[in-house]
Amino acid sequence: MADHLLEVRDLSVEFHTVAGPVQAVRRISYYLDRGETLAILGESGSGKSVSSAAIMNLIDMPPGRISSGQILLDGVDLLKLSPNERRAFNGRRIAMIFQDPLSHLNPVYTVGWQIREALTAHGTDSVTAAAEALRLLKRVAIPEPERALDKYPHEFSGGQRQRVMIAMALALRPDLLIADEPTTALDVTVQAEVLALLKELQTETGMGVLIITHDLGVVAEIADRVVVMEKGALVEAGTVREVYKNPQHPYTRKLIAAAPGKGKMHEPAPRAEPVLCVRDLRKTYGSFQALKGISFDLMPGETLAVVGESGSGKSTLARILLRLDEPDSGTAHWKGRDLFSLSPAELYKLRRDLQMVFQDPTQSLNPRMTVYQLISEAWIIHPDILPKAKWRERVAELLVQVGLGPEHMGRYPHQFSGGQRQRIAIARALALQPQLIICDEAVSALDVSVQAQVIALLDKLRKEMGITFIFIAHDLPVVRDFADHVMVMQSGSIVEFGTVRQVFETPRESYTRALLSAGLDPDPDIQAVSRASRLQRTH
Amino acid sequence: MLKFVRKRAIASLISLAGLIVMVFFLSRLTGDPAALFLPVEASAEMKDQFRELHGLNDPLLVQFGRYVGDVLTGDLGESLRKARPALDVVLEAFVWTLWLAVITMSLVAGAAVLVGSLAAFRAGGFFDRLSSIISLVGASVPDFWVAIVAIVVFSVNLAWLPTSGTGSLSHWILPISVLFIRPFGIIVQVVRGSMISALSSAYVKTARAKGVKSRSIIFIHALRNAMLPVITVIGDQAASLLNGAVIVETIFGFPGVGKLMIDSILQRDFNVVLAAILVTALAIFLMNLLIDLAYALLDPRIRH
Repeated sequence: MADHLLEVRDLSVEFHTVAGPVQAVRRISYYLDRGETLAILGESGSGKSVSSAAIMNLIDMPPGRISSGQILLDGVDLLKLSPNERRAFNGRRIAMIFQDPLSHLNPVYTVGWQIREALTAHGTDSVTAAAEALRLLKRVAIPEPERALDKYPHEFSGGQRQRVMIAMALALRPDLLIADEPTTALDVTVQAEVLALLKELQTETGMGVLIITHDLGVVAEIADRVVVMEKGALVEAGTVREVYKNPQHPYTRKLIAAAPGKGKMHEPAPRAEPVLCVRDLRKTYGSFQALKGISFDLMPGETLAVVGESGSGKSTLARILLRLDEPDSGTAHWKGRDLFSLSPAELYKLRRDLQMVFQDPTQSLNPRMTVYQLISEAWIIHPDILPKAKWRERVAELLVQVGLGPEHMGRYPHQFSGGQRQRIAIARALALQPQLIICDEAVSALDVSVQAQVIALLDKLRKEMGITFIFIAHDLPVVRDFADHVMVMQSGSIVEFGTVRQVFETPRESYTRALLSAGLDPDPDIQAVSRASRLQRTH
Repeated sequence: MLKFVRKRAIASLISLAGLIVMVFFLSRLTGDPAALFLPVEASAEMKDQFRELHGLNDPLLVQFGRYVGDVLTGDLGESLRKARPALDVVLEAFVWTLWLAVITMSLVAGAAVLVGSLAAFRAGGFFDRLSSIISLVGASVPDFWVAIVAIVVFSVNLAWLPTSGTGSLSHWILPISVLFIRPFGIIVQVVRGSMISALSSAYVKTARAKGVKSRSIIFIHALRNAMLPVITVIGDQAASLLNGAVIVETIFGFPGVGKLMIDSILQRDFNVVLAAILVTALAIFLMNLLIDLAYALLDPRIRH
């Protein structure tokens, strides 16, 4: 029985809440061998992170409790060990890396100190630890490793921080590495690099890797086998290829069907009179040039996707168009009038036409306001739109329009799921009958299946109401089924602008091609081909 | 780091200049200084003489210039009652207050950080509840009442400690103990809250995944992050002690700056009052500078 490196048997975890005990994980079993990569695939609330936290003894007890099962590492049941024995396993035998490396690194200590601590906590002397820390930083390819040792986490980029986390996790050459959404917060090109590094290090050390993810692309890129979790239960297991090509469980089928980038592409109408003309927009923050002369036209009723990695200036562009921020120079004519030379009174009237939906609905909806208050607030500010007597009726209509019901009016944002909250945010934007909605990463924080629903909703609204959309995203596949035109941005400039078909099928610029090839395809066969071609290019 | 210190020091100097302006106009704009400084029954002739002597008939700007010159050379006038330079009188008392404040705050900070951290580690446990009750009581009881009760119990009934005055080590025990209670109660609460959020942070999870011992997690990983809001409150509390713990100093007959100010106000010794304001303000500015430095030492993100 001790053949497997890790074996989870019959594991159940429950949490005590005000509403009584909640089963977060229900009798799940899986195994992992040395040198193998197992992916746990699931959406938010599936229990995928809880099950891995149980392995690391990271569940707070109470409120959490492991109600049944065994976790065997080389045949030793971790759940039967004393806390001190468990602690000795953590870091030495099992290590973990997390989704958001900035918050998971201690902000007040240097990365050198934090890597050394991983070693000294298990008895390595400080001289050896110092030498090891340097070697590890070199191994994960941090530039100028000697100087990097004395730097603090905030001085690194997102990808570098994850490399530091990996260096720290692998300091004692653990047998098992648990990676909880390790690349979710990273740009696509960086994601590909980090996954490649993990794969390399696995080949070097022969460790088993347990990767927790919501992303079929990550599974296809790195995993050998996959288990699928839904609502705390394990619904499907198999090799990545089997599960993708021949999914058995309806939930797995739904997940695979929801993966973006497979639908029919839009054929944009011939270019007519633009509704928005942006010319030579520039913005600097201190010495940082966020926008270096942006010019484009937007046609009425079309969807323009603005795609770029962090620091490309795409969010700055959105903020400036809505006058949440002032440009240094440039013009933006909305139906013939320059947005930047409007007086405050004119701007106030125009605000109705231009609305925004933000990335994180949890933060953009006031938690102390009911859905009715959130949506009708706009009419308090613009009282001429609707007489007060009609407010309830209209809120109900809007809720139905975004796929919720009138009965949701009296509830508060925390009573909804992430996808439902984003629908509320969209209903709020629609309340003013806008002509242009700017969506800043509006679906990035949502699960894939929910993402697909929200995108379908936006597409429906566009068709029915003729609303024009600027859709900002960091991810190309998301915009493929939805956009008419795509604008690719990189460090404050437009790299490529074209119809969605042209950009996806015949990208002109190498940066666009790099973005497209770094994006992960959910099909393991396609992913294997693109991985091979990427390897060829680097070697 | 040096650049940071320089920037902070310059900012403090600007505030200090503002304070000097304020103190000057405090004595000029609240009415006729002659009426303020001289006894009520002083004759008009005496007042004229006083104005002539102190240059109060000159234009305001000229007076201000002279005042700034005096302050810069350390001349804050004579104490009218003690016939000695006001600054000497104030500094003498200030040294007592400074010692009282430094000793009390060191004890408070050490004890509150330890108790608050341990309470946070097992939030909701027995020790946490006990310390919550103690700190809540400590933060709410009025210090004059504690002082009087302490004198009755420890000095009058038990006769263990002197009631007031200075001279021996035992004279310090009651004032320090009484002044200890309120800041201790307040700071324990702040440490506890700040530590609870630090202990539930992501980097603590990482430390646990690394196999770091609980003691290091509390006192190395969490505490340093949790100290930022705590230091602000420690600074506030220390400032109120430096201002002179007026009531407690008076009750225990402790010759500090708080008691001096009360006495001088009652005796209309305004040069001493103004000098005391200036000295304590300077001390508070210096302390804020120290707190800013402590911030920068604790958190590298502030340094950059």
